[in-house]
Amino acid sequence: MALLRLEGVARSVQLPDFSTLEILRSIDFEAEVGDHVSIVGRSGSGKSTLLNLLGLLDVPTSGRLFFDEVPLENLSSRARDRRRGRDIGFIFQQFNLLPGRTALENVATPLLYASGREFWNRQRIAGEMLERVGLGGRMHSMPTQLSGGEQQRVAIARALVRGPRLILADEPTGALDVETGASVMGLLDDIAEQSGAALITITHDPNVAALARRHYRLDGGVLSPAVEVASPAEVLA
Amino acid sequence: MTGFFAAIAEAWSELRIHRTRVLLSLIGVGIAVAALTLVTALGGMVQQSQTETFERQAGRPAMLQLYAYNTATGTNPDLADLDAAFAGAMERYRIDYSSRVANNSWRIQFPNGVTDVNIMAVDADYGTMHRVQLAQGSWFTDRDAQRLAPAVIVNEFMWRQLGSPPLDTHPTIALPGAIPATGVIIAVTPSPVWDEWPSMYVMWNAYADRMTPEDLQNWGPPTYEAWVPPELAEQLTPLISQDVAGALGEDFQVDVNRQDYLAWGDGSDPLLPLKLMVGGVAILILLLGALGLLTISLVTVRYRIREIGIRRSFGATGGRVFFSVMMESVVATFVAGAVGVMIAVLLTRLPIVQEYLLQGAQDVPPFPWEAVVVGLVSATLVGALAGLLPALVAVRVKVIDAIRY
Repeated sequence: MALLRLEGVARSVQLPDFSTLEILRSIDFEAEVGDHVSIVGRSGSGKSTLLNLLGLLDVPTSGRLFFDEVPLENLSSRARDRRRGRDIGFIFQQFNLLPGRTALENVATPLLYASGREFWNRQRIAGEMLERVGLGGRMHSMPTQLSGGEQQRVAIARALVRGPRLILADEPTGALDVETGASVMGLLDDIAEQSGAALITITHDPNVAALARRHYRLDGGVLSPAVEVASPAEVLA
Repeated sequence: MTGFFAAIAEAWSELRIHRTRVLLSLIGVGIAVAALTLVTALGGMVQQSQTETFERQAGRPAMLQLYAYNTATGTNPDLADLDAAFAGAMERYRIDYSSRVANNSWRIQFPNGVTDVNIMAVDADYGTMHRVQLAQGSWFTDRDAQRLAPAVIVNEFMWRQLGSPPLDTHPTIALPGAIPATGVIIAVTPSPVWDEWPSMYVMWNAYADRMTPEDLQNWGPPTYEAWVPPELAEQLTPLISQDVAGALGEDFQVDVNRQDYLAWGDGSDPLLPLKLMVGGVAILILLLGALGLLTISLVTVRYRIREIGIRRSFGATGGRVFFSVMMESVVATFVAGAVGVMIAVLLTRLPIVQEYLLQGAQDVPPFPWEAVVVGLVSATLVGALAGLLPALVAVRVKVIDAIRY
């Protein structure tokens, strides 16, 4: 059963001169639990718009999007928000750690939107997650006291703290050097595999894309399977 | 339920993280609320002072004044008959405070010559009925009416003209009249700067004893005053009139009128202009505070767009973001309001403020609770209103655009 399925999805916007700009065209896509998919595209190819749709942050202009085989149009805005909080974890290029908060507080933040035990035990759960990404000794460090790689690890811990079934990584190594980027991607891949979550990496870096098991290219709003990518061994070498 | 606690925890966390900004925005709100509460409280104090001034002039509400005259001849009734009729009415309606009031002028010997002194002849209840203030000594009691050496209360100006004699030496003055006597000064009323004429109170009996029956008849009977509960004033007015008229006989017309400040004019509150002015100033102050807070809040939301986007990506619903931004504003302004109210309470307790505004009012009003409520409710409302616009902006944030902002 597909965790996420797009059928003929298109997204367009109306410009100030009332003309229509088509950003995504007739996209068919599926991701299953445990999948690792990369989507490569240049700037302006529609990667952000696709990320919005995959993360249930936007709705298609036409076509259908299913999450857990539930059509998106059957979910209210509130239900989409709740499902996003529960089932989807985001990792961003610029880490986007909340300033002024420690690593522990950052990782605990998504649990503020959880309920019951998850909410009340948020400090403990966040601490365990930081241990898991190897930052048990930096829990009380502010983002400014962490290196880029450490910040991205905190961001990974934060994305995974609620045990999502889908991880959306938007240029996760874009702000890191090659070596750190490879290390972070290795960690992300490991954790995603252990938790059984689907990992969709949106990137313009072919090396990062190569770590995925399935590869797509987004060009001019059209998503198509990619064929020429480096192997993971080549990337990590 | 968890959602509510989570929203509170989130708002508190935001306040803690952004404490510098919050503190800066709170200073404006705190000052505005302190000013609002202070103006409301000081307005209450000025109002009390003004009320007491009115009450000193015309008596405390409800003050009924009685006149009687012969409708055929225009002459006054016999004083003893009128006294008895009025006293009977007071007893019948269980009115505890009443007084006869007469004004006259006596020539009194001072160390530097004889001067005309304004005399006000009253009964002992008059002091309470008109909130008479004393600079020193005590007001008349009923026992003073029996004194052979009449008790007198002089104003401060007259007391200084007499050489400021200490009251514990029982200073005396010569009282003129058909039966001269020696009066003993038992108290002194304060003289404001504009009070530059000697005046004094004597008890009605002592006054009447100094006058010949002809003089009393010529000067006319005193005015009779009765202090009744305001809610019964309308009911008692015709009853007292009828009773006294009935006792005097059918030739006499008895008029009973209400004279206190609440009966002045067209029945509207004479303190209304003052209240409106104070309220207007308070609202203006609050609007300025709200404007400052709104500006800071809007700038802050722009600054926090990325953070809001990140929270939305964690699953924060639009309602939760709205509530959270609103809560931050409301919690912050409520705290600022509480601090502002405390500052206002402290300021109104300063002796210099009380002395200046109360102008010697007898009943110092307690810090008005309505001012506290007005302060806190206004602060919370301002917080809600100032938080509304930023909260709406926050909800409309496009998540991915915000994250890449």
